Amino acid sequence: MNEVIREFLLETHENLAQLDSDLITLEDDPTERETLARVFRTLHSIKGTAGFVGLAKLESVAHAAESLLSRLRAGDFRFNRAIASALLGVVDAVRQILGSIESNGDEGTGDYHATIVKLERLRAAGGVDEVEPSGTVSSQSTVRAAAPKSNLSTISPPPAATNLSTIGAPSQFAGKPVNATIERHKLDEAPLTEVAEPRTSTVADSTIRVDVGLLDKLMNLVGEMVIARNQVMQYSSTLEDNSFIGTVQRLNLLTTELQVNVMKTRMQPIGNVWSKFPRVVRDLSIACGKKVRYVMEGQETELDKTIIEAIRDPLTHMVRNAVDHGIEKPDIRVRNGKPPEGKLHLHAFHEGGKVIIEIIDDGGGIDPQRVRSKAISSKLITVEESSRMTDRELINLVFLPGFSTTDKVTNFSGRGVGMDVVRTNIEKIGGTVEIDSRLGHGTQVKLKIPLTLAIIPALTITSGGDRYAIPQVSLLELLRLEGEQIANRIEQIHGFPVYRLRGNLLPLVYLNEQLRIDAPRHAPGEVNIVVLQADDRQFGLVVDAIHDTEEIVVKPLQKHLKGIDVFAGATIMGDGRVALILDILGVAQRANVVSATRGRALADKTTVSVGEAVAERYSLLLFTTVGGGRMAVPLSMVARLEEFPAFLIERAGPRSVVQYRGAILHLIDVSKELRRLAKPPSRNGNGTRRKIASVTSVSNDSGTEGTTAMQVVVYAGAEGQVGLIVESILDIVEDEIAVQSQANRPGVLYTAIVHGRVTEFLDIEKLIQSTNLSIGPRAESALV
Amino acid sequence: MAETRQFCTFTLADQYFGLEVLKVQEIMRYQEMTRVPLAHTVVCGLINLRGQIVTVIDLRKRLDMPNRPADLEPVNVVVHTDDGAVSLLVDEIGDVLQLDEISFERPPETLRGTARELITGTYKLEDRLLLILDPERTVSLPTGNREFAH
Repeated sequence: MNEVIREFLLETHENLAQLDSDLITLEDDPTERETLARVFRTLHSIKGTAGFVGLAKLESVAHAAESLLSRLRAGDFRFNRAIASALLGVVDAVRQILGSIESNGDEGTGDYHATIVKLERLRAAGGVDEVEPSGTVSSQSTVRAAAPKSNLSTISPPPAATNLSTIGAPSQFAGKPVNATIERHKLDEAPLTEVAEPRTSTVADSTIRVDVGLLDKLMNLVGEMVIARNQVMQYSSTLEDNSFIGTVQRLNLLTTELQVNVMKTRMQPIGNVWSKFPRVVRDLSIACGKKVRYVMEGQETELDKTIIEAIRDPLTHMVRNAVDHGIEKPDIRVRNGKPPEGKLHLHAFHEGGKVIIEIIDDGGGIDPQRVRSKAISSKLITVEESSRMTDRELINLVFLPGFSTTDKVTNFSGRGVGMDVVRTNIEKIGGTVEIDSRLGHGTQVKLKIPLTLAIIPALTITSGGDRYAIPQVSLLELLRLEGEQIANRIEQIHGFPVYRLRGNLLPLVYLNEQLRIDAPRHAPGEVNIVVLQADDRQFGLVVDAIHDTEEIVVKPLQKHLKGIDVFAGATIMGDGRVALILDILGVAQRANVVSATRGRALADKTTVSVGEAVAERYSLLLFTTVGGGRMAVPLSMVARLEEFPAFLIERAGPRSVVQYRGAILHLIDVSKELRRLAKPPSRNGNGTRRKIASVTSVSNDSGTEGTTAMQVVVYAGAEGQVGLIVESILDIVEDEIAVQSQANRPGVLYTAIVHGRVTEFLDIEKLIQSTNLSIGPRAESALV
Repeated sequence: MAETRQFCTFTLADQYFGLEVLKVQEIMRYQEMTRVPLAHTVVCGLINLRGQIVTVIDLRKRLDMPNRPADLEPVNVVVHTDDGAVSLLVDEIGDVLQLDEISFERPPETLRGTARELITGTYKLEDRLLLILDPERTVSLPTGNREFAH
């Protein structure tokens, strides 16, 4: 069913119940002006929506009722019983039509002409229905209308009875309108209620409206319950009573499920916010003399109500920006070879426990060079800084506060008006904003929003004897240094400590110092480092001890503590005590990891810009090869990482294989294969011989290495799995890949800088081809 | 006919204070607190009051009085505010007194400093003076440019 119609049904069903009681109220007291106005409004809106969605019958009935009501409202005549009956007839007619729409999808075969005629007569005659038998006619018509889709047995008896007993009656009282209307009223009522009964409304009955306050309260209670659950869990871990532990486990599961479901009650489709955008886009595009087509995708994606409210303004802002600054005027578009009508695309979807909202336009895009000159002229960055920045980094300058104000004054036609506000608002709710733009092709803004705010996963740590919670979103990894490592691995740059993390310098921040806690910098004999991400920067926070990750309920701090920017809130831990939640951005700013005038960090990030390099973020697996340096493969191609003791490696003809998960996994020694490929191409015969030699040498190596384990990257290709033997597996990183140069040796796709170091990208397909490995999945499954 | 008001009374050092009873939510014995680094000196920490996180203010510090002796365990007087409950640490809790408006007097002009800000007046009891505190001002942070905790 169409979403608009569904909404309409839902709303109208509720209104109808109200109408019933309102009409009865009016019948008792015709002077209730407010009730009359409400009845009028309801019917008016039914008429309006019916007309809008193309329900002609409904519209005409509602229209007739509205006309009658408008005269009543104007005070032309008084509400009376005849009018009440006629209007109640309308209510039933509306119900019938709605029922039919719900079950059959159309307005049904009912004929409501009589109802309309009656309403018009009442309107013309000032509330007096002169043609007496019409009452019967109208009631009959309604009954007949209902018959096709209702159960016949429930309908037939009452009409027969009422018709017989009442047809004569009104005429006897002709000329005595008061009595006559009473009779008619009775007669209308009897069959109509009969009609209404057998049908149960599926749309209206499947939902109820609940006060948001009640939902908030429920959410709070569930929050309390999560805390109580944590307390019980903590207590149970000290016991050995199995039945109690079992019960606690059940409580744990139930609480989690309850929490999920209560959270769901607060979920609203993002379409609720988007629904007003077509109007915004229309008005704005007309005002700017532009043509914009507005496309929405994923309106049904749901978010917590509080988050929906928080993103409403930033989203509106960005939509306005896209129309105002992004999309060009039709003539310019045509000149640039684009269709005159611009396209604004809103797309929402779930990804990795977050909701992604993309706002994509096919407008002019942001000119990085204009951003650069603006940023320099408004003294946000220096010329020298700007020369070291990539286009992407330059575009990100639009998020700098102060960028917007200069914008307005000069009417610079890029984006950026208040983008800093957008970013601040989105980050306030734990989200992130990314902007990507191609000059002449358009701009894409990507928001990553958490599903809910109230309950978040967090890591608990101790510092200076107190516990603190660190929201998991900022967390990258945990490091622990012991004994000699402390002195060796932590180095000083002019008194400021840094740690070498996989070749990069990680600034260290001592939480005890930042919080001015009177305690040593770190626990004796060990250094616990929590690697965190704030803005675009990583830093290591040194804490006394690291504990568990648990779900915490975020509670706001009272006004006394609002000004302390290193705390985001507080929570109650499993033992009932309060712990403060660290605001990682606040801590980073306090420690000058991220400067207070946000985003300047962008400027001194030393990424080398290479021409028009297209930078995209990839998850990469980094490893080393013997004598081959650092190499990478996309993580998406890696099925698993395995470690095989050398003695497990067997020979199958010329090849090395290993038994792996009930199948035979072919192995390729990456170091050797690359070396072999690097030799100048030779005749086929030689190539084959050399290949055999190289594979043999793998087994020779494994023989000499004895019991050492082999690091194997299990590659999942289109044709099956193959194991790549590497020297050592380094890390999994996510980074932008700026293509540096083409490969200078076979077996390598290209060379790029990953995390500040030159890295070769392995061409796995080439490697597999060159070894002539047949790794078809069929062959494998046949072995299983 | 004179009006009467009820006050929750407590002591700080040798002084006797009162807060309007309607503003006081409850009295609680002292409990372990979570300290808040970088907060104002008057803020002692946070406590969990049946799932609600409550800021605790040391009333001695708020009134610029000397620190409480270490062996004296203070009492929490939990006060309603628009921003939720706030607890005030006092030395010892007294009775709830019903007092006649007649015995009330505005503070003397000679009263200076924080006390002047917080004390709305005194009730002249038979044997001593009861100093009445303004609840809203008392639970808020001092406005003066005093240094934050180090």
